[in-house]
Amino acid sequence: MSDYVPRYQGTVTKYIFVESPEMTPQDLAVRAYEISGGTMIKETCFGLQVTGTEDEVGKIIEALRQLDPDHIFVKDRGFPPGDPRRCRANLGGARPGFFGHEFEISLIRHVSYGLHALPLRDEESIPHPPSPGPEQKLDINKLKKLVEAQEP
Amino acid sequence: MAKVFIYPATSLILSDLVARFGHTPLSAAQSIREHIQTAGLESPPLQISPEDPKKGLKYAAVEVPSGVRGRMSLYGPMIEDAEAGIIIHDADLAFGCMGCARTNELIIFLLKKRNIPVLELNYPKTDAEGAEFVAAIRDFLVGLGGAK
Repeated sequence: MSDYVPRYQGTVTKYIFVESPEMTPQDLAVRAYEISGGTMIKETCFGLQVTGTEDEVGKIIEALRQLDPDHIFVKDRGFPPGDPRRCRANLGGARPGFFGHEFEISLIRHVSYGLHALPLRDEESIPHPPSPGPEQKLDINKLKKLVEAQEP
Repeated sequence: MAKVFIYPATSLILSDLVARFGHTPLSAAQSIREHIQTAGLESPPLQISPEDPKKGLKYAAVEVPSGVRGRMSLYGPMIEDAEAGIIIHDADLAFGCMGCARTNELIIFLLKKRNIPVLELNYPKTDAEGAEFVAAIRDFLVGLGGAK
């Protein structure tokens, strides 16, 4: 085992995703570079990664969110950009976590619609969100068919 | 400002909405960051130390696979710290290369056992569901009080 010296100690990294008909990750990156003031900005295909102290990153996110509040989404990232344990330049293939983002980004337009519609909503109305229904159990006859369908 | 545990702990949608409505999301990234920013002996890939599975013993017995205990050493303290929780049930992304089904069951069980406010949902599949989804999360978070 070797001594481990963490990189970028004391910083936070945040992902900024943009899924907007009016804004591209490049537009977002240009604006971020303008206000970054030395904070590390990494442009990606889905948006940006911002690494810096919590205050610096918070201010950048606040400013960027104003550009398209219903279509810009932010989440924390544990690893800094380019970390050899996560960066696909070292590992090859999709970065772990990509599939989760890919799935959620495919649904995020509905969340954007919800955020857009929120101020127009009657304050008193009770929301009926999609909720988990009763668990579907495997029908015994279907199980029997599956068993019988097995090759001898 | 309440600490809200989100499940799936890597969810972009939940992480964003909780922060957007003025609370602190407790997600996997925070405990991962804490681990990888702590200097010491390298234990690739995640800087999980031999102490971590021992911490996990608090939540899962010794005969449970070490992966569950290792994961619980990250999530367990956050669940204890949480003042509320939001669970998305049809989150297939939380299983496979992203996580472990038994750990996920344990996380949901522990979250419910804590008797803190928990909102349970599914992902929205249409715009109408999206509107209800966002409104439900907003109402839940506003109900927790103390939003900044």
